[in-house]
Amino acid sequence: MTRVTLQALLSHWWRNPLQLFTLLAGLALATALWSGVQAVNAEARASYDAAAATLGEGQFDRLVRRDGQPMDQATYIALRRAGWLVSPVVDGRYNGVRIVGVDPLTAPGGIGPIAPQEGTEISDFLTGEGQLFANPETAADLADLNVILSPETAPGTALTDIGVAQRLLGKENLIDSLLVAPQQAKGQSDLADVAPELIRQQAQAGSDIGRLTDSFHLNLTAFGLLSFAVGIFIVHGAIGLAFEQRRPVVRTLRALGLPLRRLVLLMGAELMFFALVAGGIGIALGYVIAALLLPDVAATLRGLYGADVSGTLQLRPVWWLSGLAIALGGTALAASGALYKLAQMPLLAAAQPRALAMAAGKSAQVQGIGAVLLLLLSVVLMFTATGLIGGFALLGSLLVGAALALPLILDQILTLASRGVRSVRAQWFWADTRQQLPGLSLALMALLLAMAANIGVSTMVSSFRLTFVDFLDQRLASELYIRTADEGQTAALIAFAEPRVDAVLPIQNSDVTVAGQPTEVYGTRDHSTYRDNWVFLQSAADLWDTTFAGKTVLINEQLSRRGGLNVGDMINLQGSSFLVAGVYGDYGNPIGQAVIGEDVFAALYPDITPRSFGIRLNPDDVPTFLTELEAATGIAPTQSINQASIKAMSLSIFERTFTVTTALNILTLAVAAFAILMSLLTLAGMRVPQLAPAWAMGMTRKQIGQVELLRAVLLALLTAIVALPLGLALAWALLAVVNVAAFGWKLPMYLFPFDYARLGLFALIAAVLAALLPARRLARTPPADLLKVFSNER
Amino acid sequence: MLLTVENIHKTYATADGPFAVLRGVDLSLDAGETLALTGESGSGKSTLLHLIGGLDSPDKGRIILQGQDIAGLDDTGRAALRRGTVGVVFQQFNLIPSLKVSDNIAFQARLADQYDADWAQTLATRMGLTDQLNKYPEQLSGGQQQRVAIARTLAPKPRLVLADEPTGNLDEATAADVMDLMLELVAASDAGLLMVTHSDALASRLSRRLHLKSGKIA
Repeated sequence: MTRVTLQALLSHWWRNPLQLFTLLAGLALATALWSGVQAVNAEARASYDAAAATLGEGQFDRLVRRDGQPMDQATYIALRRAGWLVSPVVDGRYNGVRIVGVDPLTAPGGIGPIAPQEGTEISDFLTGEGQLFANPETAADLADLNVILSPETAPGTALTDIGVAQRLLGKENLIDSLLVAPQQAKGQSDLADVAPELIRQQAQAGSDIGRLTDSFHLNLTAFGLLSFAVGIFIVHGAIGLAFEQRRPVVRTLRALGLPLRRLVLLMGAELMFFALVAGGIGIALGYVIAALLLPDVAATLRGLYGADVSGTLQLRPVWWLSGLAIALGGTALAASGALYKLAQMPLLAAAQPRALAMAAGKSAQVQGIGAVLLLLLSVVLMFTATGLIGGFALLGSLLVGAALALPLILDQILTLASRGVRSVRAQWFWADTRQQLPGLSLALMALLLAMAANIGVSTMVSSFRLTFVDFLDQRLASELYIRTADEGQTAALIAFAEPRVDAVLPIQNSDVTVAGQPTEVYGTRDHSTYRDNWVFLQSAADLWDTTFAGKTVLINEQLSRRGGLNVGDMINLQGSSFLVAGVYGDYGNPIGQAVIGEDVFAALYPDITPRSFGIRLNPDDVPTFLTELEAATGIAPTQSINQASIKAMSLSIFERTFTVTTALNILTLAVAAFAILMSLLTLAGMRVPQLAPAWAMGMTRKQIGQVELLRAVLLALLTAIVALPLGLALAWALLAVVNVAAFGWKLPMYLFPFDYARLGLFALIAAVLAALLPARRLARTPPADLLKVFSNER
Repeated sequence: MLLTVENIHKTYATADGPFAVLRGVDLSLDAGETLALTGESGSGKSTLLHLIGGLDSPDKGRIILQGQDIAGLDDTGRAALRRGTVGVVFQQFNLIPSLKVSDNIAFQARLADQYDADWAQTLATRMGLTDQLNKYPEQLSGGQQQRVAIARTLAPKPRLVLADEPTGNLDEATAADVMDLMLELVAASDAGLLMVTHSDALASRLSRRLHLKSGKIA
């Protein structure tokens, strides 16, 4: 019974290949976009885990010098003698690769998960024979060294014995930090007694890359989910249509003696089989998407967070299994309504296909109530939502509510448009368009979501870009930035530069904790560079005067929001209290920042001497200045970076971030266009009985085709008009709620009418392209097919 | 006795309140016997046919088919009845459009696990469908489609054939042709035939005739 029933069920798809293609392609595209994004996320997270496991980052406390400079090896020996269980680490860049030197015998985590390939001797590593461990991608950059391939090593990193690292990095007898073992011997001497120049950094105060980048990955995940939702709309439409078309067959099967339970199970199994096939195709496509996106994502993460992420993709079981799971889950979700209806359908119920009336009557009422409730919820959340979960709940209720409302809004618009129309042909056009609406509504919803996402995300991104460019102009005011190697170079730089340039501005900072937030406190010189350029989100009167006088502090928006600090509040630094006098925007910085005057900084942090300097001079004089500086002091041009380079680098980081979102935008819009194409193609066959009377009454087939095209463009245009306010609401939610929760700063919202008009044009072009083939097909319908409508045999 | 129907009642809920379609119907049918059920539209003919065919269940009364009361069967039991014991020929043919003619003929017999290839071939030949076996239903005329439906119904060799206006969609000549074949093949398989029809001419060709009026045998 099962075999013959499956044969009958599957024969439907064989005879309707377009419907099968729609179902498989919709599901494959949805899975591809979702799993592509997930692959990128999984790769990045695996890289963070590898880094954390290899280097113990975030897991162990560290001892570092207060001034951030390397310590002498003698300090390490003194600490070991005093009973401290510490292990030395040397860290630096060689050929752009991060070289980490460890002592595997004393490191609390050993050498982490490094798994040398067969044929290599770990003893060579221990005896300092010059071996380095790196993954194949990184090893390519270290061709001149003895590199052992180890895929588990963190991307962009090579691990080696501390002696080798010291030699490679030119840090003979120097150590950058000491890892503190979790279990320490009793009776050890105080750190202040043994090495007063060192401070202990708590494990959590270090750079927990996974935590910092969570919000970035959450945004990507949200995009993937949105794309998946658009794809599921297609799947839902295809399944709904197929089930409607098969209602007569279902009745026949039951009348011939097939039990309902068996029928529902077999139809469910049939769909799950398709879901597996489409899921497999989608995962393969997702792999391609991920491989294309990953280099940009890796560059973004490196630029924004300093996180090294592998630029090549691996097939991780958790990823493709979750891809299959989401394909199956999405199909189950899309098919559940149709299967439920099937299970409830009385055997003797009318078996006429009623696909075009799906949204009519009671279901339209339910849909309307759902839309209103969700939109009301989104309004409430606009005023109350805080945090990422609240932000995404707002986005979800807004988008789904608007999508559900779309067919009802379009129906109202079409009803209004049909009023007052006198021409018979126009009356028929409006009435026929309304009749078409239920069949096209799912595709139009997909288009609405894709366009709204496009408007919302592009508004956010463009607002971000405008704000960020302004911000760079304010904050990177110095024409040149120089880092000195030691105090001798510092003195030489000041002596050489001060007579020749407008100003030498020291840049010095210390890591502290303010209001529970990891924060960098900066000591800043009183200069017009700051007074003239900085823009504040909140400010007290004379804030620069009071700050340089040592009475007040200026904090960034991240610290203000996360620490709940505003102008007028007090914060404590090294036992001294400061009034917050201003809050400034600090876009791109993941942690808190506080600015105090240079003098008070020197008093609070006497051990820290500046090693970085901003130099104010005529931009045209920069090359000459650098040449003369090197000649006079030995400070190499590689120790400096000019403002233009920093700006170009910063902007390029953000451009690559935007590349990722733009690519996802385009893919989502393409999926929506595909939804329209497939809906129109599927409906075209069912349109013949509706169009035949118009043909019989004197319209030519060509005119009928043109009307079909016009209808598609009109519906796309109306959808685009609805998408604009929805997209702007989405942008506001992203900027004012999600962004604040994810990054800690709120961005001003700018409008880009030209971009929206261009997007609308793209949507219309997509609709025309999607409608062209079905319209052409209708225009060429053989008269015999049209005549069949009027014969008894139909 | 192949079929005995005793005091069958059926009421439907309508917008104007409950409507009693059948109000105590009794009838019986022997194997090899053919019975015409006539009556005006709304008299309950099709409802009675659906109840006997296990497509619906009565509110009251008994339907004894081959000694078993089918009125109380659940969905699974009624489905089993429809598969192997009863065959229904519908006015609208109800073929499976995506299956070829040969597959449509074999379908119900395979579903009931009672497929006999020789018998299916005989049916196809007798119905004049041998040249149409590889076609799809939409490629056939109405008369040909009804012949396929009849062949499908007879393929599992049901004990009782129910026909609901089987020639209602066909022209007169085709209808007569189809009826001849159906009566001949039913007789050959020694099944009982209960046919709903409006046509006096068709009814007169069966061995017995009952008239339904306002939900009762007149």
